[in-house]
Amino acid sequence: MINTTLLSNLLAFAPDTHAATTHATDHAIAATEVGTGPKWILLIVGLPLLSSILSLVYAMIGNKTKLPAWTTVAAAGTAFLCTIAMYLNFDGTPYTVHAFDWIQVHFGEKSMIANFSFYIDTLTIYWMLFVTGLATCIALYASEYMSHDIGTSYCRFFGAFGLFVFSMACLVMGDNFLMLYLGWEGVGLCSYLLIGYFYKKPEAVAAAKKAFIVNRIGDLGLALGIYLIFVHFGTLEYAVLFSDPKLLGYVDSAMTGNFAAIPAIAQWIPLLLMIGAFGKSAQFPLYVWLPDAMEGPTPVSALIHAATMVTAGVYLIARTYPLFLASESALPIVAWIGTITALLAATIGMAQFDIKRIMAYSTVSQLGYMFAGLGVLTPTGGAYHVLTHAFFKALLFLCCGAVMHGFAGQLDLRKLSGLRKVKGWGIVSLGMFVGCINLAGVPFTAGYFSKDTIIAETFVTPGYSMIGWILLFTAGLTAYYTFRVFFRVFMGPVEYHPGEEHHDDDHGHDDHAEDHGHAGDFHPHAPGWAINTVLMILTVCSIAATGLYFVGGDKDAHTKHYAQTMVMSSTAAFESPYSEHAIHAAHEAHTPNAGAGPRGTIDHALEVPVFGGDPHKMMYYISAGFGIVGIALAWFLHLFGRTNAAECKMDPIARMFGPIPKWAENKWYVDEIYWAILVTPLRVASHIFHWIDKLLVDGIVNLFGILPRVFAWVIRPSQSGVLQGYAVSMAGGIAILLLAVFVIILQGGAS
Amino acid sequence: MDTTSSLHLAQMAFPDAVPAITLAHYLFVSAAMFTMGLVGFLTRRNMIIMFLCTELMFQGAGLALIAFGRHHLGADGQTFVIFVLCVAAAEAAMALALVVLLFRHKETLSAQAWKELNG
Repeated sequence: MINTTLLSNLLAFAPDTHAATTHATDHAIAATEVGTGPKWILLIVGLPLLSSILSLVYAMIGNKTKLPAWTTVAAAGTAFLCTIAMYLNFDGTPYTVHAFDWIQVHFGEKSMIANFSFYIDTLTIYWMLFVTGLATCIALYASEYMSHDIGTSYCRFFGAFGLFVFSMACLVMGDNFLMLYLGWEGVGLCSYLLIGYFYKKPEAVAAAKKAFIVNRIGDLGLALGIYLIFVHFGTLEYAVLFSDPKLLGYVDSAMTGNFAAIPAIAQWIPLLLMIGAFGKSAQFPLYVWLPDAMEGPTPVSALIHAATMVTAGVYLIARTYPLFLASESALPIVAWIGTITALLAATIGMAQFDIKRIMAYSTVSQLGYMFAGLGVLTPTGGAYHVLTHAFFKALLFLCCGAVMHGFAGQLDLRKLSGLRKVKGWGIVSLGMFVGCINLAGVPFTAGYFSKDTIIAETFVTPGYSMIGWILLFTAGLTAYYTFRVFFRVFMGPVEYHPGEEHHDDDHGHDDHAEDHGHAGDFHPHAPGWAINTVLMILTVCSIAATGLYFVGGDKDAHTKHYAQTMVMSSTAAFESPYSEHAIHAAHEAHTPNAGAGPRGTIDHALEVPVFGGDPHKMMYYISAGFGIVGIALAWFLHLFGRTNAAECKMDPIARMFGPIPKWAENKWYVDEIYWAILVTPLRVASHIFHWIDKLLVDGIVNLFGILPRVFAWVIRPSQSGVLQGYAVSMAGGIAILLLAVFVIILQGGAS
Repeated sequence: MDTTSSLHLAQMAFPDAVPAITLAHYLFVSAAMFTMGLVGFLTRRNMIIMFLCTELMFQGAGLALIAFGRHHLGADGQTFVIFVLCVAAAEAAMALALVVLLFRHKETLSAQAWKELNG
């Protein structure tokens, strides 16, 4: 018996969940249990949209205050409170909240129903809690961060910000795939608008276009996946799809490794959805847009490009996990792509000097971990890492943003040093430290536990230990590049140089620090109360997220911690048959197919202890080891004995590697390769088509335009201006006509 | 009422035809007028003369119409000619006005003076 198929959220709450087998009939009954929820939940979606509209109105009436920021903070904050209320009121039964009828097309026996309504289950709540919470914090942060631009641009920023939160809410809360698609495209649009916020900067415009175009490739996959879902399952609604007996039958087959019983079309669906997820979540080979997206304002990088939007791909796969389980190749591909991305991005991140870029590559890398987690059958691990990463990565970005804001756009770690000792930068340094230990996986931090959940699972699932080792190695690299930033920028001797945005009249007030080591009369501009408050909140949240690993477990549902509880009662519910508990259960139950599993026999899992112990427990030590080695290396190479900002012990070592660090700094030339194999051929083709259009198509059209003119040119001389000439032609014409009449009459007479 | 009797009734309304003058005579006069008009129009340069020539052609054609009408004992021909006369009168007013205008421009009535109106 496969007790792992806690597929349906509904089933998870059935009294005999543990013993439940997935019989189609159970689900058919369960499908009717999706209740309707209270209407105030619509506020979560509606308020950000309202704030967006209000911001545009402020722009139209020429507002010159921070009003748009406060409106957005209030709207997002209220949405957050509503989300908390939704969480507290949730009784375990998923429900839908209907806003209005949107698309209802009936043809023949089929009908396509996609209402503007929202599906609330634990996965939705889990996601919305951090989306709205972080949106509130980051809007508050941005109120100060964007204060240089007060006026129309300020309104524009918060207009797009509100629209983003609205779109994200549609994406996460929608009760059907079209709502998800609407939100998906909406967040893409807002991402484009906000990356290109500094639209006078050519790099920002290019980055915005790149993000939008690369995402189009992914979105095509998502759209095709949604079509296939409708073609094959005849519905787009989650409540109907995830209780479809056909789908549940597929998952049952998959659980015994019998993939031949699943039609190919159903196996194609996740492959297409996956492409969408790779695009939005910046996975190889579609990750190239995310580092460039750092051209946008830092709050945008923190909210959209680190914490929320880029996790939409993880959400998509978690939400449609049963579909992914039904495909033999989808989850292995997800696992491998995630792993490759994690490693590749980490190696690039190691060689960058721009601290915001390092954080961007780190985001790509950590998203790779989440995908690897999903791929190795632990949606819990993926979702847990999403949550912890959302907090600590937002924190890291906001700290980088504070540095950028205070040092006139300076982000080069070779030009900043020892900020910890500069007056007014204590909170930023503390926040950065907490973010770094989380990212580096220092033992007993949230990032440590969530990363281990994923890595441990790679060793228990047959055939994935290679992924496990790569991810462990990447964890070491992560620790190294994370603390490289911290040790270079926040520790060591005090030295700083302003960035390019430095103007003499800027930062006129005097909260200057010690005046040594920096150029001219530049005074760093220490963050104000809004930034500091947000950094403190996020620091506390990042630390508190550790606690989630120890609380929130549910004995009845056999879950160990909060994230698992939340995932296990949603459509993403899946417990790997290779996990400890499942193996014991399978052995106790002695059902006929106890030994079979989706990735090889379950017994296999028991035979591969890692370092002679349970992988889940051993991983605590192994991954801690990798993390600490990475940090130690960073300390030795980047802090120990360093006397100025620009030089450290790493420099001679880097030179020993020859051109390799240069290649890594240039992102392994992936952009150049794409340019050569994709952009250039497309550009050449577009030129060819341009000329075909210009010569052939336009040529034919112009030919028909020219013909009458040529004809006119030929006969024009006959209009001589001599009146008698015309009269003669007329008379001649009449004569010819008469002659013709005569001939006809004569012939007629003859016959 | 049959056709024969109605034709008879119609003929009663007309005066007796002069037996010596047949349709051919009328048509000959008509053709002569038209030809004179045409030749005049083609050969003369004076706009007023040319205009008069067109009137002559008009009347030639009109005469032919009346002759045929009488020959077939129908009223259509005469009706048409009355319309043609009306139109010709209106046209004459217009044309003479134009001629006056053209004369004012160039102080001559020659049509050759307007040669630059070419294509």
